[in-house]
Amino acid sequence: MISLAGRDILHSWSKFVLTGIGLGLLIGVTLTMAGVYRGMVDDAKALLNNSGADLWVVQQDTQGPYAESSSIHDDVYRSLLSLSGVARAANVTYLTMQVRLDNTDVRAMVVGFEPGQPGEPGYLIAGRHITRNHYEAVADVKTGFRLGDSIRIRRHDYRVVGLTKRMVSSGGDPMVFIPLKDAQEAQFLKDNDAILNERARTAANPTLNRPGVPGLLEAIQASQNANRNVNALLVQVSPGSQPETVANEVRRWKHLQAFTRLQMEEILVAKLIATSARQIAMFLVILAVVSAAIVAFIIYTMTLGKIREIAVLKLIGTRNRTIAGMILQQALGLGLIGFLVGKVSATVWAPFFPKYVLLEPGDAARGFVVVMLICALASTLAIRAALRVDPATAIGG
Amino acid sequence: MDGFGIRIEGLSKRYGEGDTAVDALKDVNMTVAPGEVVGLIGPSGSGKSTLLKCLGAVIEPTTGKMTLGDEVIYDNGWKIPDLRALRRDRIGFVFQAPYLIPFLDVIDNVALLPMLAGRPNGESRKRALELLEALDVGHRAKAQPSQLSGGEQQRVAIARALANQPPVILADEPTAPLDSERALSVVRILNQMAQQFNTAIIVVTHDEKIIPTFKRIYHIRDGKTFEEKGLALN
Repeated sequence: MISLAGRDILHSWSKFVLTGIGLGLLIGVTLTMAGVYRGMVDDAKALLNNSGADLWVVQQDTQGPYAESSSIHDDVYRSLLSLSGVARAANVTYLTMQVRLDNTDVRAMVVGFEPGQPGEPGYLIAGRHITRNHYEAVADVKTGFRLGDSIRIRRHDYRVVGLTKRMVSSGGDPMVFIPLKDAQEAQFLKDNDAILNERARTAANPTLNRPGVPGLLEAIQASQNANRNVNALLVQVSPGSQPETVANEVRRWKHLQAFTRLQMEEILVAKLIATSARQIAMFLVILAVVSAAIVAFIIYTMTLGKIREIAVLKLIGTRNRTIAGMILQQALGLGLIGFLVGKVSATVWAPFFPKYVLLEPGDAARGFVVVMLICALASTLAIRAALRVDPATAIGG
Repeated sequence: MDGFGIRIEGLSKRYGEGDTAVDALKDVNMTVAPGEVVGLIGPSGSGKSTLLKCLGAVIEPTTGKMTLGDEVIYDNGWKIPDLRALRRDRIGFVFQAPYLIPFLDVIDNVALLPMLAGRPNGESRKRALELLEALDVGHRAKAQPSQLSGGEQQRVAIARALANQPPVILADEPTAPLDSERALSVVRILNQMAQQFNTAIIVVTHDEKIIPTFKRIYHIRDGKTFEEKGLALN
């Protein structure tokens, strides 16, 4: 038996392919939306992996440093190093801001780290690591900065000495790594006008500027201008130690919050990007419904255009299941073309998205199954219409 | 007349019930022998189409008996169980317009019927080609229906009707869209095929050009048939 669906598709292939391309672009958008979500999750995981930490120690009762703000003193690491099971502990700061290059600026997460310690960029694709104590930076390539560029962070200029890759915040902003002291200053030190104003206000406060206590005012002002805070401590545990056990020790004795990698992943994926994920899920549902409606409409219209042929086929004894099979195969064929076009489109345009779009083969496989199911479901309307065609309509009168 | 291809006795068809009931056919009798071509003529609303649909096993008569060859199809409310297979295997249809399947080439339009009946593709196509050649359209076997002239399309439609070697062919105004020459050519072909394949052919027509070509004519008026000897000479 010949394939009626195949012959019909071949007969009007241009219409079919054009329709498939239209549907495919929609499917491409759907796959890209899924890729955007996967990219967000992957960004979050990349952030954790690149930090090289087993534990994140942050301010008590916060879920910092990525999901909430956290501030702890930069000397806390010393007491952590004395805990059993802690191999290394290093201060880090994170600050998302606009980094200027000439007259343009780039949104980036500025990371303050101590060279050679956890938090350092894992690998470079060009240039070198930071070797000076001040005013050198390593930037992710997505910032668009190049080696030798002079970028401005707050009130200082930094020279880009190294480039790294896939170093992004959970929000997808590329990272710029600078020395910790500079980062502390950038995050906590106020501008000169504000400092002068603060000094004047302190000096005008009789409680803080007592005539009989020499040196008090200077001490207070020095304290106000000090930058001794960081956002988190990245801890690596000793071989054989359990991160959860060390985390419990930190929580118990140091009055700080400690998160293991799994807990941090939970915060990033399940909490930080949860709203975005729901947003994307809504988009996916709407796109799926729109795709189904379009396929249903196309197949239904194509079927209505063949009512006379269907009546003739029924009159000459074609089984209902043969006719239903023909329509179903056409819907699935349309879905197949659409999926192929969608997959290729998504693969082509994904690199041009400003944020990372991760197209996973698993998602593509699931997408294919869903597309086929949607097409099969969408064809039921047309099949119903075809089966209701009275073969008598082929005979006049 | 040697036996019969199709016979109907006391056939009636009623649409609706009660006061709104309409008797489209009333006690219709008709017999067509194998190899015979008869005309069925009547004005609009006379019941031609209803009779054709009953003969084509598309709608069921209310009462009466219909026999195809030696097989009873309807008998006062009883019917054979598989009317679809009956239409496929034992009744050929030729319509006012050819209604060829546009996405199948000419040979597959004809071969489709044997294929639907479960015959192998090769055998079906061989049979189709034989019929197309018999109807002088064998050279267009690989063409698409849209590439054929109206007359050629109608000949392909006749070939399709003959594909499963049915004992009866129902032709519904088969010459309506054709000019005189082509219309007469189609009737000639129908007569030839009826003889060649021993098929009973009923031609429903309004076409005055072809009416004189029938040896027997059934007139239908107000749901009743009247037989008349045709003008055609033996």
